[in-house]
Amino acid sequence: MLGFAVRRLMQAIIVMLVVALLSFSLFRFVGDPVNMMVGIETSIEEREALRERLGLNDPIPVQFARFVIKAAQFDFGTSYQFHQPVSELFAKRIPATLELSFVSALFALVVGIPMGIYTGLNRESPISKLFLSVSLVGISLPTFFIGILLIFLFSVTLQWLPSFGRGEVVQIGSWWTTGLLTWSGIKALILPSITLGLFQMTLIMRLIRAEMLEVIRTDYIKFARARGLPDRIVHFRHALKNTLVPVITITGLQLGAIIAFATITETVFQWPGMGIMFLQAVQNVDIPIMSAYLLLTAFLFVVINFVVDIFYFLIDPRLRVERA
Amino acid sequence: MSDVSNKDAKGTEAAPGLFARIIDSDMFHSFLRSRITVLAAIGTLILFFVAFFAPLVAPHDPFDLASVSILDARVPPFWMEFADPRFPLGTDDQGRDIISAIFYGMRISLIVGFCSVFFAAALGITLGLVAGYMGGRVDAVIMRIADIQLTFPAILIALLVDGAVHGIFGTLNREVFSFWILIFSIALSFWVQYARTVRGSTMVEKNKEYVQAARVIGIPSVTIMIRHILPNVTGPVLVIATINLALAIVTEATLSFLGVGMPPTQPSLGTLIAIGNDFLYSGEWWIAIFPGLALALLVLNVNLLGDWLRDALNPKLR
Amino acid sequence: MKTKSLIVAAAAFVGLTISPAQSETLKFAFQGTLNTLDPYSLNETFTLSALGNTYEGLTRRNDKLEIEPSLAESWEVVEPNRWRFHLRKGVKFQNGNDFTAEDVAFSLKRLHSEGSDLAKRVNADVKLEIVDDYTVDFVLPGPNPILPYEWDTWYIMDKEWTEANDAVAITSASDTTPNYAALHANGTGPFKIVSHEPGVKTVYEKFDGWWDTPTHNLDTVEFTPIGSDATRVAALLSGELDMVYPIPVQDVKRVESNPGTRALIGPELRTIFLGMDQMRDELLYSNVKGKNPFKDVRVRKAFYQAIDIDAIKAKVMRNLSEPSALMISPFLYARSDEFKRFPYDPKAAKELLAEAGYPDGFEVGMDCPNDRYVNDEAICQAVAAMLARIGVKVDLNAQPKAKYFAKVLAAAGYDTSFYLLGWTPGSFDSWNILDNLIQCRDEKGNGGAFNLGGYCNEKVDALTDEILVENDQAKRDALIAEAYTIANDEVSHIPLHQQALAWGVRDGVELAQRADNQFLFRFVTKK
Repeated sequence: MLGFAVRRLMQAIIVMLVVALLSFSLFRFVGDPVNMMVGIETSIEEREALRERLGLNDPIPVQFARFVIKAAQFDFGTSYQFHQPVSELFAKRIPATLELSFVSALFALVVGIPMGIYTGLNRESPISKLFLSVSLVGISLPTFFIGILLIFLFSVTLQWLPSFGRGEVVQIGSWWTTGLLTWSGIKALILPSITLGLFQMTLIMRLIRAEMLEVIRTDYIKFARARGLPDRIVHFRHALKNTLVPVITITGLQLGAIIAFATITETVFQWPGMGIMFLQAVQNVDIPIMSAYLLLTAFLFVVINFVVDIFYFLIDPRLRVERA
Repeated sequence: MSDVSNKDAKGTEAAPGLFARIIDSDMFHSFLRSRITVLAAIGTLILFFVAFFAPLVAPHDPFDLASVSILDARVPPFWMEFADPRFPLGTDDQGRDIISAIFYGMRISLIVGFCSVFFAAALGITLGLVAGYMGGRVDAVIMRIADIQLTFPAILIALLVDGAVHGIFGTLNREVFSFWILIFSIALSFWVQYARTVRGSTMVEKNKEYVQAARVIGIPSVTIMIRHILPNVTGPVLVIATINLALAIVTEATLSFLGVGMPPTQPSLGTLIAIGNDFLYSGEWWIAIFPGLALALLVLNVNLLGDWLRDALNPKLR
Repeated sequence: MKTKSLIVAAAAFVGLTISPAQSETLKFAFQGTLNTLDPYSLNETFTLSALGNTYEGLTRRNDKLEIEPSLAESWEVVEPNRWRFHLRKGVKFQNGNDFTAEDVAFSLKRLHSEGSDLAKRVNADVKLEIVDDYTVDFVLPGPNPILPYEWDTWYIMDKEWTEANDAVAITSASDTTPNYAALHANGTGPFKIVSHEPGVKTVYEKFDGWWDTPTHNLDTVEFTPIGSDATRVAALLSGELDMVYPIPVQDVKRVESNPGTRALIGPELRTIFLGMDQMRDELLYSNVKGKNPFKDVRVRKAFYQAIDIDAIKAKVMRNLSEPSALMISPFLYARSDEFKRFPYDPKAAKELLAEAGYPDGFEVGMDCPNDRYVNDEAICQAVAAMLARIGVKVDLNAQPKAKYFAKVLAAAGYDTSFYLLGWTPGSFDSWNILDNLIQCRDEKGNGGAFNLGGYCNEKVDALTDEILVENDQAKRDALIAEAYTIANDEVSHIPLHQQALAWGVRDGVELAQRADNQFLFRFVTKK
């Protein structure tokens, strides 16, 4: 177990270093950083002095090492647009994105799993077919379009839910903010989480259905039935348990995708998270924010992957051999 | 969004080659039995047809600027007041015929979809074969690259590539350039699934006796990989490819919305929806809704086919 | 019964302790973000407008844009080249400091320091002399009748506060620590900024120590940037916000018909126009090699006459624009109605092209912003389609404004062949147009820095210099007319229109819509 964890950890570090290299090249070679920092009137001497001060004249490996050391301390430089340290900007935005991502993942699981079980067990029922086709339509439309249609229906026409922002947020500790403790915050979360979670919900539902279909045909389920165990026990104690492994994997991997896709949802709902900030940075060629976003999302993915791997390892003993 | 079909594909790893199966009456039977699948297949064919023969089918050429007149802008569809018989589904804000724009846009969406799926599959299959066949260090390196790749969803890649390229080169011909950025980004984010699936199958196949035998009589590795192992993985690859095609089309639409997709002068279905978004509240709903319906229909049909293909190729579900 | 009396008693008690006045909060959204609170680091209408609620200049403009005294009570020209400003006494900054001549001198110095984006508000050769605590003199190298025209957005900062917080140097992105003044504000204006999260939310509160008598009734103002047009309009329609701007022209009807909201339409001073590179010997983006077709006035005129401005007005702008024959709004120049546009005539345009040697047209790349002006990208697309009819193939490159400006302005060496731009003269005067847009320039941008196409006529330049120093209004207007006539005849640019301002307002909110698109809270009352 420990050996496995250490090996995975080493690999995770290597992955992060590669991402750091990408992020560094972005920062260093996409446009001249000095040009982006100074005005038109700045003289050549002043530019050179700044270049020296920023260490842009050092050998590239030295610069990269410095970049990695700084990034490890969450120092990503100063945003070209906001004239503020990128780390501070992100610190304020991360809670918004994480809250949205977790709530929509929760939505996907809580709605997706029961629907998956139902459609798996009742393959031919009309409700199953309805679930399946509606969910397919749901993933056939792009996220942004669903978001705008939801706003049109629930904010403009019915005026039930807010169309933008986080509502009232409560500060917890020095750096975390949450909208879950106020009514307006919870209301503001509903539409964005559905928009963001819809795709994953469909995915989980279909995955569980497929797994259920396979599992209930296996011999040991047939055997359990033959033994006269009630359906409920067969389905939930035996069948469902077996479908969970892939669900955990996918959920873990999808959490990363959710965070990345939050960019679009955040844009549509003006959700003050890091996704919308990244998008603005792309439009304004604000390289420090772009490279920091790259590192941060990669970090989140790697952490999630790592946790999922460990989880996997604990749940499914067969993998211990395969992975080793 | 990346690992959609990994699991399903795993179930079919040991399935025999696809071409043998097509003749297999079981599959054909299942195809005909499922009315939805037949409908989806017909629907897909029709959509592909109008897309690829857009210049012949469409009443107007929306890309020919000289034929577009701003004076025809925002004409409603035929059943509404102020409709114009020249434009059955109305026109957009520039006076382009919506139905023609949909046909041409679908063509672009499909070309982007097919190209990116093709590149993703080519890259993924090659790397998967090599990783599975060689094993050891080569395998480890390829699979770690795959891990890194998984951390970058298509939208991230496209945004970064777009931002980086603009930073480096300033401007290039936007129409051609956006097209390749799209394909590149989508392909890059999809190849991992193919690689993982193919690698799994390869590892199973390479230990089988016929491969061992082939190796003993001195057939080169490349030939073994292509001749003997590749046909065995076609089934799962086809399943992934179908689902990816649908996914690629939606991804392209999303990227267009974010402004890194096709430019409005060469609109894809996604660009059309993104343009139409601005007119949802002002009553000109047809500019967004018709392309939206076309996109949903296309993706739905392809997905249904993919579903059926997956179930049909999965021996455990017989 | 018992509970009720308790509530009454409690209410009475509360009424005694807390003022019963209802607290009014105004919530509004704009499409862009407020990136910095430093009043000198970004010369952009919205930033200056948002900061204009907290900071004040020596002068200010009222709801009709007329200049009125602000931190200066009065001013006079004591000698031809010496302007004397008498400062208002008893004005306090929001932190309680007194406003004195020292603050004006400090602000001028800081305005001209490195990193300032507004240095041109006061010419660099203008000297400031402190006469006493409440009197300052500006000494000019030559006469300048329009000296203080743009001073309403030259905001005065508190010397002590800025120095105490180590914020004298204007923030530049190379600094490792954020500048205090970029995140905090301390002006003399009617509202103080109590919290500011760039890109998320900015909260203002009424400043009780303001020197002027407030006509507004607001206690708190909350600003949220909402980039997506649809979301911004939805937030107004659903009643979440009191005011949003801009609203897309296509949604004006919807906002009007929605119960409880209305659209406020007014003329904007900005003129939208097209420009053509007339300077290079070969265009950067064209299939014509070895020569520059735009050097030929016939080609420029052909482009002009190929554009159906009425169709753009009716279809793209939904009648919310005023076609313009001049590069300046008719509100800013008395003799505007003497000028007429060249008529729309695609046949004549095609003939002109043929005469110039391009009977089959040619290809040209066009640069266009897609998030700066009202329907900017749609206008460019329409123009591309109209030019296609005379055989000119336009390769349109529409980009977000940050990338667009980074490409076409002086910093990137005017990297464009054909572009769309909008311009509001900050001084509300024709000289600003001639000086920035029409005057000759060199490759580095000395001269008419925003004359991206590099049109050059020495006669016009000479007239521009005369206009600057001419004090007689009638003579000045005649000189301006002469300059515009030459530039128009030579098609220096293709003026398109003045766009309309479209703001969405909730019923019960009264406000002043200034034609410079500044939204100032001191003109707002909310019921």
